[in-house]
Amino acid sequence: MLTSILDVLIAGLLLGGLYALIAMGLSLQYGVARVFNISHGEFIMLGGMATLTLFTVFKINPLIAIVICGPITFVLGYIIHRTFFRHLLTSLPIFGEITILCTLFLWTVFRILADYNYVRLNQFAALAICLVIAIILDFALNRTAFRRIHESRVAAGVFESTSMLFSFGLMFIIKNIAFIGWGPSIRSYSFLQQPVSIAGALFGMNRLVTLGFSILIGLAFYFFLTRTRIGKAIRAAASDPTVAQLMGVNINQVLALCFGLGAAMAGIAGVLISMCYPVNANMGIEYTIIAIIVVALGGLGSIPGSFIGGFALGIIGSIVSFFEPGLALVAYYFIFGLLLLIRPKGILGK
Amino acid sequence: MHILEGERVTKYFGGLAAVSEVSFQVDPGEVVGLIGPNGAGKTTLFNLISASLVPNSGVIRFKGKNITGMAPYHICRMGIGRTFQTVKIFPNLSVMENVRIGALFGCGGRISATEATRKAEELLEFVGLPQVSSTPAGSLTFANQKKLEVARALATQPEVLLLDEIMAGLNQTEIGQAMELVNRIRQSGVTIVMIEHVMKAIMNICDRIMVLHHGRKIAEGTPSEIAKSETVIEIYLGEANAAG
Amino acid sequence: MNKISFNYSKLLLPGILLAILVVLATLPLYGSNYSIVLLTSIIMYVILTVSWALFSGSTGYISLATAAFFGVGIYTSAILGRTFTASILANEYFVVFIVIIGGLISACLAFIVGAITLRLRGIYFAIFTFGLVELIKNLLLWYEVKFTGTRGRFVVVIGNETIYYVILGILLLLLLVTYFIRRSRYGLALESIGEHEEAAAHIGINVTMVKVIIFAISAVFVGMTGSIMAMRWTYIDPYISFDPNLTFLPVLMAIFGGTRQMYGPIIGAVVFAYLEEILLTRFPYYYMLIFGIVLAATILYLPNGLVGVVQKIIARLAGGKHAHSRG
Repeated sequence: MLTSILDVLIAGLLLGGLYALIAMGLSLQYGVARVFNISHGEFIMLGGMATLTLFTVFKINPLIAIVICGPITFVLGYIIHRTFFRHLLTSLPIFGEITILCTLFLWTVFRILADYNYVRLNQFAALAICLVIAIILDFALNRTAFRRIHESRVAAGVFESTSMLFSFGLMFIIKNIAFIGWGPSIRSYSFLQQPVSIAGALFGMNRLVTLGFSILIGLAFYFFLTRTRIGKAIRAAASDPTVAQLMGVNINQVLALCFGLGAAMAGIAGVLISMCYPVNANMGIEYTIIAIIVVALGGLGSIPGSFIGGFALGIIGSIVSFFEPGLALVAYYFIFGLLLLIRPKGILGK
Repeated sequence: MHILEGERVTKYFGGLAAVSEVSFQVDPGEVVGLIGPNGAGKTTLFNLISASLVPNSGVIRFKGKNITGMAPYHICRMGIGRTFQTVKIFPNLSVMENVRIGALFGCGGRISATEATRKAEELLEFVGLPQVSSTPAGSLTFANQKKLEVARALATQPEVLLLDEIMAGLNQTEIGQAMELVNRIRQSGVTIVMIEHVMKAIMNICDRIMVLHHGRKIAEGTPSEIAKSETVIEIYLGEANAAG
Repeated sequence: MNKISFNYSKLLLPGILLAILVVLATLPLYGSNYSIVLLTSIIMYVILTVSWALFSGSTGYISLATAAFFGVGIYTSAILGRTFTASILANEYFVVFIVIIGGLISACLAFIVGAITLRLRGIYFAIFTFGLVELIKNLLLWYEVKFTGTRGRFVVVIGNETIYYVILGILLLLLLVTYFIRRSRYGLALESIGEHEEAAAHIGINVTMVKVIIFAISAVFVGMTGSIMAMRWTYIDPYISFDPNLTFLPVLMAIFGGTRQMYGPIIGAVVFAYLEEILLTRFPYYYMLIFGIVLAATILYLPNGLVGVVQKIIARLAGGKHAHSRG
């Protein structure tokens, strides 16, 4: 009996570490950058699928994949914020966004036409052509129509809903590019699966590695926020963007940085998830839901709250799964509903 | 009987008391001024009366009935109307609709659409906005938006009207018009409580003035009494002089 | 000038709408079976999109629960359809009865969800509704595996033409209800909530009540549509019934069309439902990708949607003429 309780608790901690990591990323994006990022799970999926490819095709160790996927998702998130979300924030179109959207659109149209045999062209040549057309269009629009638009900060409430809807679009884009690239099949690889015994219970080495990394990244992040200059700027921006700007913080830079960091955390979480669970291009939404519930549980925007909330939810999930394996998500939801009725601010909300 | 009264009303924000043990009485037909430096808790008191906020302790009564903890819409339908410090009109609705909606929902009973339209026209005329009724409210000038907000509050047929700095940001002519409007509202039988920084207006219109400072009521009396009060001059007018 | 163009569009739009409805109603008399199936699916999207915009478009509270209400409708239909035999189902009144029950159950669910979340800030509503479809899917999966031992169930199938007429009826009802709500005091209340909720509460609007009721009403039509569409498939299971795409697509369609006007969501839904018909089977991922790109571009460059652009162009043309005649 005692061992099974311990069993469940440790399993809960292992799950909780992942949840905490996922939720901290979302919390950073919402708490500072004010983007309720529904595409969060897609960055997790990108991390997971990329790791799988790196491991199975290039034989790269998943632990090294962390160092590859983290920075890549960071840059991706950073660019997305610097273009699209900054546009939504300041209502000023930014050079680059049309390039990205238009390239994707033209390339899609090309692939459809190629499938009907209307066009015969090398894929890479086509991509290059799409890119060139998109850049020219971007350049032309920025020199003509967009020149008349003046910068004006959008009200917080408006940005909250437009940015959420935009992240919707982002979710569709990322997910379907992944489907096109990797296909819909569910895949997994085995890595560090030798069992380790903790207090009589057996756990896979990979699970312990993920927990270790989650805690490590959580702590590193905590020190980054409290001890470094950029970290302090981020906290200042989170509590009051206007004042932070007056104090000399480059607010746009900080917001983009936070969004990028959130995306990087999702990417790394994806790497860790792929070590333990099967992955596929459709996995994102499930993790988005969990991240959202954890974030609400911990208090919207509170990063320590997300950390604690993640472990709390992991343990609850593990306990519920012990009795009724199918009901974990239902239990999370039940707690979420209860929370909204009793304390909508969340555990550590202000 | 007092039409509106508060008994030791207290509201904390975090550990800070924004309004602390404030008691007040307002009699029917009066115009009561509420003054005090910025951050004194004036708007918070309005928010407590109109139920935007719920007091941590204390009781607020309207016509003898305890209204503490009721929903804002309920307070409004009972007969307490308000305007906001930062204008909160509905910018994309037309001027007419802004007032009509107050008439449609603000009164206790149901009122027909035509009746609401008629009343809205009447009130727009009353506050001096008749010719612009079909334009979107967001395109009005600032002074007219303030008038519109008063008209919208009046459309809910209040017995007590809470006016939160309706003269802030207006020029001298507009302030004159606003003062005249307040007088006309009072003549129509509505009791008024107004927060105002424009001293000329407060001193001329109000029957009685309450002074708040750091969330406490520090003085109360007729305009002439307040003008002579040492404490008030020291903390309030003194500060205004220093600033000006 | 303004007034003239206003009256003009006021007469023109109902006229066009009436003509379209007459064509739609008589379609089974001369249309092919394929055209009926195609239109059924387009109308389905129009209903989901217009219902979404009815609540979320005006209040700004973004509902992500459409798929959940749709799925509830499907399951209602499946369970009731099994309970009564096929011979009774041949009776078309009975189909209508099932559809109404499906709508009511969806409305009850919406009422509960609204009562929990609509007192809070909009973001909580969006979060809560976002996971609702997964919640119900998981509950049903657990229930089916644990108690019935099988996943999914068979649905009694009825003819395409019946489905078409029922769904057309739902659309007509929805358009009427939307039209009257928008014109009534509650439509005004919804808009005022979208513009300044606090002010709305202080002029006597019971904002929570208005939001919950309109949200529940909008769910009725989604549930009804789910119930009737279920009768087109022979077999359903939680994965088929609770497809998150049915939440996302209507939101995207409505925003693409523009939510400020009633016909914005209709146009958005028609365009994309037709595009889906051409692209979905052969290029599912490319179709969704285009969807994402168009949504992103709409939010960035056309905040009032397609209808907003058209209105702007018309206003500019009218304004230009006006200036010319004056000069």
